[in-house]
Amino acid sequence: MIAATEKKKQEVLEAVVIRFVGDSGDGMQLTGTQFSDTSAMFGNDVATFPNYPAEIRAPQGSLYGVSGFQVHIGSVEISTPGDNVDLLVAMNPAGLKTNLHALKPGHTVIVDTDSFTKKNLEKALYETNPLEDGSLENYRVIEVAMSSLTKETLKDVEGLDNKSITRSKNMFALGMVYWMYDRSTEYTVDFFNKKFKNKPEIIEANTKVLNAGFYFAETLELIPNAYTIAPAKMAPGTYRILMGNQATAWGFLAAAEKSGLELFLGSYPITPASDILHELVKHKHFGVKTLQAEDEIAGISSAIGAAFAGDLAITTTSGPGLALKGEALGLAMMIELPLVIVDVQRGGPSTGLPTKTEQSDLLQAMYGRNGESPIIVIAASTPANCFEYAYIAAKLTLEHMTPVLLLTDGYIANGSAPWKIKSVASMPEIKNTIVKEAKADWHPYDRDKDSLARNWAIPGSPGLEHRVGGLEKDRISGNVSYVPENHEYMTKIRAEKVKRVQNYIPEIIPEFTSEGDLLVIGWGGTYGSLHSAVKELNDEGYDTIGFAHFNYINPLPKNTEEVLKKFKKIIVCELNSGQFVKVLKINYDGYDFLQFNKIQGLPFANNELVEKFKSLVK
Amino acid sequence: MEAAVKEYTYKDFASDQEVRWCPGCDDYVILRSMQKALPEMGVKKEDVVFISGIGCSSRFPYYMDTYGMHSIHGRAPAIASGVKLANPNLSVWVITGDGDSMAIGGNHFIHVLRRNINLNIVLFNNEIYGLTKGQFSPTSLVGQKTKSSPYGNTQPPFSAGELAIGAKARFFGRISGNTPKEMTQIFIDAEKFKGTSLIEVLQNCPIFNDGAYDKYTDKAVREDRMLFVEDGKPMIFGKERNKGLVLNGLKLEVVTLGENGITEEDILVHNAKEEDPTLHQMLVRLEFPMVTGIIRSFDDVTLEEREDALTAQVKADSNFKKTDDLFFSGDIYNVF
Repeated sequence: MIAATEKKKQEVLEAVVIRFVGDSGDGMQLTGTQFSDTSAMFGNDVATFPNYPAEIRAPQGSLYGVSGFQVHIGSVEISTPGDNVDLLVAMNPAGLKTNLHALKPGHTVIVDTDSFTKKNLEKALYETNPLEDGSLENYRVIEVAMSSLTKETLKDVEGLDNKSITRSKNMFALGMVYWMYDRSTEYTVDFFNKKFKNKPEIIEANTKVLNAGFYFAETLELIPNAYTIAPAKMAPGTYRILMGNQATAWGFLAAAEKSGLELFLGSYPITPASDILHELVKHKHFGVKTLQAEDEIAGISSAIGAAFAGDLAITTTSGPGLALKGEALGLAMMIELPLVIVDVQRGGPSTGLPTKTEQSDLLQAMYGRNGESPIIVIAASTPANCFEYAYIAAKLTLEHMTPVLLLTDGYIANGSAPWKIKSVASMPEIKNTIVKEAKADWHPYDRDKDSLARNWAIPGSPGLEHRVGGLEKDRISGNVSYVPENHEYMTKIRAEKVKRVQNYIPEIIPEFTSEGDLLVIGWGGTYGSLHSAVKELNDEGYDTIGFAHFNYINPLPKNTEEVLKKFKKIIVCELNSGQFVKVLKINYDGYDFLQFNKIQGLPFANNELVEKFKSLVK
Repeated sequence: MEAAVKEYTYKDFASDQEVRWCPGCDDYVILRSMQKALPEMGVKKEDVVFISGIGCSSRFPYYMDTYGMHSIHGRAPAIASGVKLANPNLSVWVITGDGDSMAIGGNHFIHVLRRNINLNIVLFNNEIYGLTKGQFSPTSLVGQKTKSSPYGNTQPPFSAGELAIGAKARFFGRISGNTPKEMTQIFIDAEKFKGTSLIEVLQNCPIFNDGAYDKYTDKAVREDRMLFVEDGKPMIFGKERNKGLVLNGLKLEVVTLGENGITEEDILVHNAKEEDPTLHQMLVRLEFPMVTGIIRSFDDVTLEEREDALTAQVKADSNFKKTDDLFFSGDIYNVF
């Protein structure tokens, strides 16, 4: 039995970044999620990011089989999962080897010494044991025989096999970290009680090991301080933790309810977008219809069919899938039906880096179709606002009768953050152009005079029978037309319809300052990294740096040029080699757009941004 | 109360668009047969949707005064699936050709059959690419000389029925392009069948593959070379009605009634409703006689029925009535 000692001195921190790493089977995702959820419940702001291998069951102990989960918690605003980590928990040598570079010098690494066997060291390509050869001398190493301590803790629990015992060692690590950061184990114990309702021995085992880790840390002389992070000052309200992909799915649920339409998803599994399908397929209680199709093309095609029949239709994919959907997307644009396409971007080209993030589908989203086929393109910028932008995508497509492509990316799709829950009643109205009765002189391509959206006549409505198709159509009747002037007219009106969306979207308002020396421009999933870098500089006194982050890409907000004019220098930051900057250059002539680009499958690091921006205002 | 379906004539289903197929094309026969069949189906005009892909046949929806979409090459089955799943009350028809369905759209074609969604597919099989002006198709014969095979086609063909039944088609019918009366009836039967119905029309292309089916469908030889099967009836054909099919080992064999002691009792009776597709596959593969009529019509659960049952069950078991119930459930916390 571990005797509780006197509580050690506490040090107050503003924020901390912790990374849990281990073998794919070590339960690191669960451990990290438990820590972040507990911290969120405590009132911290949190941001998380999982990093797991593309292989489903990579060989045990191998370098490429390492699974990690990073969590950033704070009493201050947290907008990214953090770059370098304050605490690394490494359950095996491979995890240590692949993640030590991220640990800040002088900071703490907790290792399970039991896993540092000759065999595991070899698998991690260590020639000598890093715990013995002095290579960790710049860090504070806490060596704990977690596997043996777990076994010892569980020796009296009946009905447990060896596998279950070994599997609970992650809870020992979590217990230690809970004590170090002054967190209660209560939320996690509740979680065990719910999750393993019918397996009392597993509840008992996990709870015992969690508590054993907690008390072990309390007694341990190696930990000089326990830290505490006060609750963050967040807007009052009811919150929950949402992952980006889940938020996207929920945004569509809300839009379907608000619009009074049924939701249809046609999709084909692809990393990192599949979680949207996984989420929506659960919600048959709201009447959500899903079709896991035979391929990407059938995914979007079935959605086009559902849209023709009057559903709020969506399809979800990632880069290679968007390429396959290109022709069908052109059809949806041509026949002017509502359709939302979600592209959760990943590293490209080709199969590229499926589990890594990138913003390299922007130009494909803008132009990746035959002929002149403009569509609305918008981008979410945080895990939580995937909800809002999915909702807006649905609203725009229904109100403007043209496809909307919503870009997210692997970083925000898999990341999680607190979401201030929005009830459907609080969301903006969603109109539609549905026509139910045949009036004299009705035509399928009659348009709203302001938005140019055509009316939507749905099969089942008597007197409105009509044909649509991919062939060019007469401007009014919709019948096939090869008249030269008509084609030019229709090409222009489809473009004008998208352009006029400018009149319905918010203007862009730069953060920190609306005029000055440097305007930092970003779009999509880089919001957190860019925002925290510019904020840090402003806090340091660099108050001539402004930040404009774009969620509306096509069309751009109406006042964009007004914003550009007010700054001496402009730098466009993207996780690609410069795609949004091309869109800006096409639209706004005469500006010297500087660029900051990264194409490593990784998000921007805070220090690289801060250094770059500083160098531009000196 | 459901309003009674009004009486229609074929003219109610003809659109104001000028029909632009080549003179003498069987497509005209198919169009008129469909326009004649629709008033007999008991469906409302506003509930009928035609979805086509690309090719000569795919112009079809423009000529029907119903809802319709002329979509993109090969994708009509996927689009039609979305239409039907969105609104199961609609009568949904896919219009496709041999290239559209079995080359570029092969994947969608087999999967729509596998899923058994209650829609109808009319496959215009002319064994050639018409709209692109005369290349060989996946049903063209080996040796066939076309624009893209001037020395003869080297690619062996699919049999549409064999492929379809292999893909678990529950309903397969085949009809000659020059028999409008039978065609009209088979369209009506296809609509009545619950599940995916596939009708292959042996359609003559007078421009690029004229006479492809003459050896079967020519009026002079038709009765001797084609067998029109009907469920529950012995498979007898011939001008004299004296030829029939028997099973000899694992093969179908043509016999003559009255020869070698063969009587009508010995002739196989067609059972379209049989689940086991073995005999249906044999009938589909026969080259002599060419079998037409409803070859397979096996009643099975549809995808919509499975989905509806699941949705009803999930709805009954769930506490989530509105999205707010979901959003505010589980691990939520308050910040004051």
